[in-house]
Amino acid sequence: MSNSTFKSWYQSGSPWVWLNAGAVSISLIAVIGLVLLIAVRGLSHFWPADIMSVEYNEPGLEPTVLIGERVDHEVVPAERVPSDYQLKEGQISVERYLLKIGNRDQFGLDFRWVNKDWMGEVSYPEDILSIERREWGHFYGYLLSVQQQGEVVADGEQAWPEFQQRLERSNNLVAEIKYIEKIEIGKINQALESLRLDERRLELDNVPEDNAAYAEIEAAKAVQNEKYAKLQTRLSELSQALMRDQVVMQMSNGDEVTIPMSKIVDVVKPNDMNRFEKLQHYFHEVWKFVSGEPREANTEGGIFPAIFGTVMMVLIMSVIVTPFGVIAAIYLKEYAKQGVITRTIRIAVNNLAGVPSIVYGVFGLGFFVYFLGGNIDEIFFQAKLPSPTFGQPGLMWASLTLAILTVPVVIVATEEGLSRIPRAMREGSLALGATKAETLWRTVIPMAAPAMMTGLILAVARAAGEVAPLMMVGVVKLAPALAVDSVAPYLHLDRQFMHLGFHIYDVGFQSPNVEAARPLVYATAFLLLLIIVVLNLTAISIRNRLRENFKASDN
Amino acid sequence: MEAVNQQKNAARGIDIESMNRGPKLNMADEKTCIEIKDFNLFYGDAQALKDINLTIPRHRVTAFIGPSGCGKSTFLRCFNRMNDLIDNVNIQGQLLLDGEELNSPAVNVSDLRRKVGMVFQKPNPFPKTIYENVAYGLRLQGVNDRQTLDKVVEKSLKGAALWDEVKDRLQSSAMGLSGGQQQRLVIARAIAIEPEVLLLDEPASALDPLSTLKIEELIYELKEKYTIVIVTHNMQQAARVSDYTAFMYMGELIEFGATDELFTNPGKKQTEDYITGRYG
Repeated sequence: MSNSTFKSWYQSGSPWVWLNAGAVSISLIAVIGLVLLIAVRGLSHFWPADIMSVEYNEPGLEPTVLIGERVDHEVVPAERVPSDYQLKEGQISVERYLLKIGNRDQFGLDFRWVNKDWMGEVSYPEDILSIERREWGHFYGYLLSVQQQGEVVADGEQAWPEFQQRLERSNNLVAEIKYIEKIEIGKINQALESLRLDERRLELDNVPEDNAAYAEIEAAKAVQNEKYAKLQTRLSELSQALMRDQVVMQMSNGDEVTIPMSKIVDVVKPNDMNRFEKLQHYFHEVWKFVSGEPREANTEGGIFPAIFGTVMMVLIMSVIVTPFGVIAAIYLKEYAKQGVITRTIRIAVNNLAGVPSIVYGVFGLGFFVYFLGGNIDEIFFQAKLPSPTFGQPGLMWASLTLAILTVPVVIVATEEGLSRIPRAMREGSLALGATKAETLWRTVIPMAAPAMMTGLILAVARAAGEVAPLMMVGVVKLAPALAVDSVAPYLHLDRQFMHLGFHIYDVGFQSPNVEAARPLVYATAFLLLLIIVVLNLTAISIRNRLRENFKASDN
Repeated sequence: MEAVNQQKNAARGIDIESMNRGPKLNMADEKTCIEIKDFNLFYGDAQALKDINLTIPRHRVTAFIGPSGCGKSTFLRCFNRMNDLIDNVNIQGQLLLDGEELNSPAVNVSDLRRKVGMVFQKPNPFPKTIYENVAYGLRLQGVNDRQTLDKVVEKSLKGAALWDEVKDRLQSSAMGLSGGQQQRLVIARAIAIEPEVLLLDEPASALDPLSTLKIEELIYELKEKYTIVIVTHNMQQAARVSDYTAFMYMGELIEFGATDELFTNPGKKQTEDYITGRYG
């Protein structure tokens, strides 16, 4: 009886359905779990958590007070507890917390494990300040007074509003200095460099030294240098103004520290903020992360250059790979004689997709950077030699390398698309007197366009996630300038760039401050995912619009 | 003999008397459109068409009937050189359109296909608007003038008896039409470039009876202007729409004659067997 019910259950196909549904569920759970983990770990970093003040009685040491943000919590089994820790009778584990105590310049460490057993009373004083500094990470402490050139201008109740007001002024000054340094002096440098190249070109052309051209260049140089001197004066004025204010802070151990206002980016009183203010500050922090530039070996500040570099590289790669792959696929499918050779080429193309990406990196470095780039420099940028222009890793070569890496995907997808166009469509067009090329252009390619977009989508997904080859052909830890700026030719394909994938690797493995870097790894990974999703969704929506036009008949 | 056949045909639903074709047709009175002389076709080593000699009369409907695989579609596709697309096809003999050899190297295939239009078994409108489907052939010839196109589209759709059904939605997708409408659209597309000959390869086999009827009525009207060659394995259809019928079997042309004659008084045993349903 039971045997027959099992058999009928088996024959009904239910186990098969369960198996399929189970596989789908596991995949879904894996994806959602991954995204959730990254999102929670990454995004929670920006929340202005409450800062605790705790009495800490470490045996054998004087009792002290610690101020810090609780970032982690763990239970350590007795066997793993350090030997100097005296366990109580019957105690099998020790609870401990990771506190971010900040003030790295003062304490040497900004993260510290504290044992719960040694912790005394915990409080959350409302007047604790969390200061984000340009160097040395966060500072936690109490505000004592605000100073101007060493003279106290406000203390007690007045100190806090005065601090905020003067911080705004100082940040404005910093922004102005940065603008002058980056944009205006950048322009002058660019102009001087191009003048130097003009001069070098004259020398290379063996123009005699008494030629008027030299004098013109010298005159132009003088104009630029004069501009530069003016900016320099302005800069020193600004830095003078910037050095005006300081704040005096008291640390958890009672020591007083003076912090120059110019070193402070942002300040909040997290314990004194309500939910709404915290949320506001949270989005402010997220925005700073997305739009800012990295500081402190990438462990602080934002990742905008990396986002920009990733998107630029993927876009340039798409522009290269799509026409190239599509044209190759059309030749293979439509024009080439189908035989042993085409089959071999097709197998080779498919296998190309399986080559480890680092191999492409090596190829890109050897062929693009050294051979192509080197020759381009010889021919077009001779004046600039020996410093390379295209003969060094850069955005162009990285995009090309990834284009080669992803071109098999586009070829395969396009070929699939072309072979799915019904024969009847081609015959219908040919029967109206169209040539093969006209049939291709007017009917077949438009109908295969969605498949080409599918190929592009897959290529983008692969390219955006690739890191290894990029390290060889253009990605750097910290790029001095973006690939797009206001100086002609506006798009600088020869420049090195930052990349989110490499940023994750760099922050995660090369950072001197592991605890500070960890949340940034998650946040950066989350952003990378987000960007790939956005790029894909864009491509998918384009494809769907194309499909809408070429919908198959209903019957 | 004749009486027996009429009886059998009546039993199969072929009512020859009611076809009302007017005066009896005679091949001797017809003008020649396509002339086929000693025609052979090979797929690799396999011979698909054997020694065919046939004259297709102008402004008449000629039907090719025969069991599946007898080569009638292959034969039809020779008239606009659709077989060029298939590898390994070899032909021998003459195929003369208006006295000129179709397969000579001097003939431009595109020009030929403009002169000899074709409609396929399954409706194959392009995934474009109804308007663009009809205008496709003209645009290929470089006609992009809106007024000319408008005129031709309207005329062709009217010619294909589709205008009244689609005149309000010319700019919507052709894929939204029913199968029968799609097939008439394809016919409109073919007649938009004013061919001399229209080849119909089982044009109604994928359609329901009502759509089939419409297509058949259309064929009857179109023969005023075009020479029509239709392949069908529906004998009632051949009897209803065609003036002349060729019966093919195993790559050979068994019998050719006026449709009335062929159906009522077949000259060959094989023809008789086929139309009376003994095989096929």
